[in-house]
Amino acid sequence: MADHEASAHLFTTDRLDEETSMTTQTTAGPQPVATRRTSAPRSRGSRLERRRQRWGWLFVSPFLAVFALFLVFPLFYAFGMSLFTSTLATGTKFTGLGNYAKAFTDPLFLEGLLRVAAFAIVMIPAQLIVALAAALVLDSLTSWLSKLSRLLIFVPYAIPVVIGALMWSFLYSPKFGPSATLFTAVGLPTPDFLASDTVFGSLVNIVTWQWSGYYMVVIYAALRSIDPSIYEAARIDGANGWQTATRIKLPMISSSMVMVITFALIGTLQFFTEPVVLRNIAQGAIDAAYTPNMYAYSLAFSYSQFNYASAIAFSLGALVFAGSYLFLFLTRKQSGLK
Amino acid sequence: MAIFANDAAPKDALTTVTGVPDHAFRGPRGNRRSGGRRIGSHVFLIILAIYFIVPIWWLFVAATKDTAGLFGSPAFWFDGNFAFFANVAELFTHQGGIYWRWLANSFLYAFAGGIGATILAILAGYGFAKYNFRGRNGVFGVILGSVMVPLTALVIPTFMLLSQYGIINTPWAVILPSLLSPFGVYLMRVYTQDAVPDEMLEAARIDGAGEIRTFFQVALPMLKPAIVTVLLLSVVGTWNNFFLPLAVLTDPQLLPVTVGLNRWTALSNAGAGGEQVWNLITSGAFISVIPLVLSFLFLQRYWQGGLAIGSIK
Repeated sequence: MADHEASAHLFTTDRLDEETSMTTQTTAGPQPVATRRTSAPRSRGSRLERRRQRWGWLFVSPFLAVFALFLVFPLFYAFGMSLFTSTLATGTKFTGLGNYAKAFTDPLFLEGLLRVAAFAIVMIPAQLIVALAAALVLDSLTSWLSKLSRLLIFVPYAIPVVIGALMWSFLYSPKFGPSATLFTAVGLPTPDFLASDTVFGSLVNIVTWQWSGYYMVVIYAALRSIDPSIYEAARIDGANGWQTATRIKLPMISSSMVMVITFALIGTLQFFTEPVVLRNIAQGAIDAAYTPNMYAYSLAFSYSQFNYASAIAFSLGALVFAGSYLFLFLTRKQSGLK
Repeated sequence: MAIFANDAAPKDALTTVTGVPDHAFRGPRGNRRSGGRRIGSHVFLIILAIYFIVPIWWLFVAATKDTAGLFGSPAFWFDGNFAFFANVAELFTHQGGIYWRWLANSFLYAFAGGIGATILAILAGYGFAKYNFRGRNGVFGVILGSVMVPLTALVIPTFMLLSQYGIINTPWAVILPSLLSPFGVYLMRVYTQDAVPDEMLEAARIDGAGEIRTFFQVALPMLKPAIVTVLLLSVVGTWNNFFLPLAVLTDPQLLPVTVGLNRWTALSNAGAGGEQVWNLITSGAFISVIPLVLSFLFLQRYWQGGLAIGSIK
C-alpha cells in the first residue's frame, strides 16, 4: 500500500499544490492543455482531450458514488450526530463538542484506548516476528514440505474471524478439555486461559494465529521479487546468512513491512470481533467496554445513546487515522515515500 | 558455480538458532534445494505448521462428535461414535433448519457484495490508471487515505442512515455497504498501470474501437489475475464481516452463518437447556469454513501473485 508513486500524493503537499494550480490554470482559459506540465497520455487537440477526461470520470464515478454514500457521508453524519445530545427529558439539543469532552474524560473509553494500545504493542510484533521468520525460512527452501507448510500457515486466514475465535474459545475452555488433558498429563494444574489476567494473552494468540499467515504471504511475495544476483554479490563480499537477512533482505522489503504493520495497526486499534466472541465464554473477564469499538457498539445498540456512541466512534476513527498517518510519516524513508 | 557453492558450505553455517536460514551459501534461485542441510529450517516450519493447523484439526475432529463425545473423549482424536452425519441431519431440523438459511445468506451477501465491489474496483482502477483527467490525483489520494479510516467506525452512522431509508434489516443493509473496497481500487489501479500498455489501447482506438469496446476487449482480458485477487479478497471480506450484520440485522432469518453461530454459542453458554447445541456449533462451523478454504486452495496461483501487487513496486 505504501510504496507506489500514487501514494506519494498523500504525503507530499507540493504535488497536490501542483494539481490544484493545474486546475486553476485549466479553468482560466481555452488554451490550458498546451500549458499543462504533466503530459496527457497523448495530447491531440483539446476536444479529444476533454472527451477522454469525461471517460475517465465515467469509469471512476460508480465507485465514487458508493464512496460518497457509504464513507464520506457517514463520516460527516457521525460527526454531525456527535455534536448533539438527546435525552428523554430535554429532547435533542446541540451540545457542540460536549460529547468529545465527555469521551476523553470517560474512564471506560480511556481504559479501552489504553487496552488497544497495549494490544498493539504486544500483538503487532508477535504477528510480525512469526510472519517474517516464516517468510525468510520459506524463501530459503523449495521442498514439498516447505510448499505444504506455506499453505498450512496461510489457512487460518481463510477461516472467518468469528469461527477462528469460536474454535479457540473451545480450545481454551476447561470444560472441553484439550488444555486440561495436556496439563494433567504432565502433572501440572490446568491454567485458566479465560481469567481476567490471562485473557489478554489468549486474545493475542488468536490474532497471531489468524493473521500471521496472511502477512507471511505478503512478505514472502516481496522476498521472491528480490533479484537473486544480489545474494550472489553479498556472498562474494563475504556476508553470512544473518547479515544477508538483516542488511539486504529486510531493507529491500521494508515497504512491504511498512504496509503489513500499517494494516496490523489499523486492525488492532479497532479490535472488536475476537473479544466479542470470547466474551460469551469468558464471562466476567471481558466487559462490554473492553475495546473502544465494543464500547461504542454497546452504547449504541444496548443503551440507544447514538449521539455519544458516534462521538466515541468518530474519536476512535480519528485516532486510527492519525496513528497510521503518523506511522507512515515516520517510516517514509523506509517505505520509499520520501 | 552454484553447485560448488552448495558443496563448499561449511557445516556450521546451516541455520542460526533463531531459525533464520543461512542464505549466504545458497546459489541463485532455482538451486535452493540442498538436501539434508535444511533440517533446522524444516523443523522450524513443521512446528509452525502444527501450531497453525492443530485448531483446524480439532474442529474437524469435533465436527464428528455428539455433545457427549465433545465433553468426554480426547480432544484431538475421534470418538468411537462417529456422529458427523447425525449432526448434519440435526442441522436440518434444529430451529427449522435455520443453519442452511444462514449459510445461503452468507453466500448471497458475500457474492453480491464481492462481485459488486470487484466490478466497481475494476472500472475505477482502469479509469485512474489510463485516463489523465483533471483532479485524478487528488481524488485518488482521498480514496487511498480512506484505507486508514476504520470501517467499523462507519457502522453506527451507516446504521442510522439505513434505518432512515427503511432498508435496515434487509439483505441490502449488508450488501450495499460491502460494495465499498478502496483497497481493491488501489490494487486494480497499480496492476492496470503495469499490465495494460498505453500503446495497445491507442492501437485499438486508432482501429476505430470506442472507449467501452477498448475496455472490454483489450484491457479486461489482461486484468484476470488482479480480478481474481480482488474478487477473492472482497468475497472473504464480506463473508468475514461481523460488525455490520450484527448491527443492521435483527431478523434471525437474515443472519449470515458467522453471526448465527455466535448467537448459538451465546445461548449455549447461557446454559438454557434446550439451546445447548455444542455439537451443532462445531459441525456447523466446520461446514461453513469448507467453501473459503477450498477456494483459496484452488485459486492459489492467482491470489499469491495478486497479493504481491500490493506490496511490490
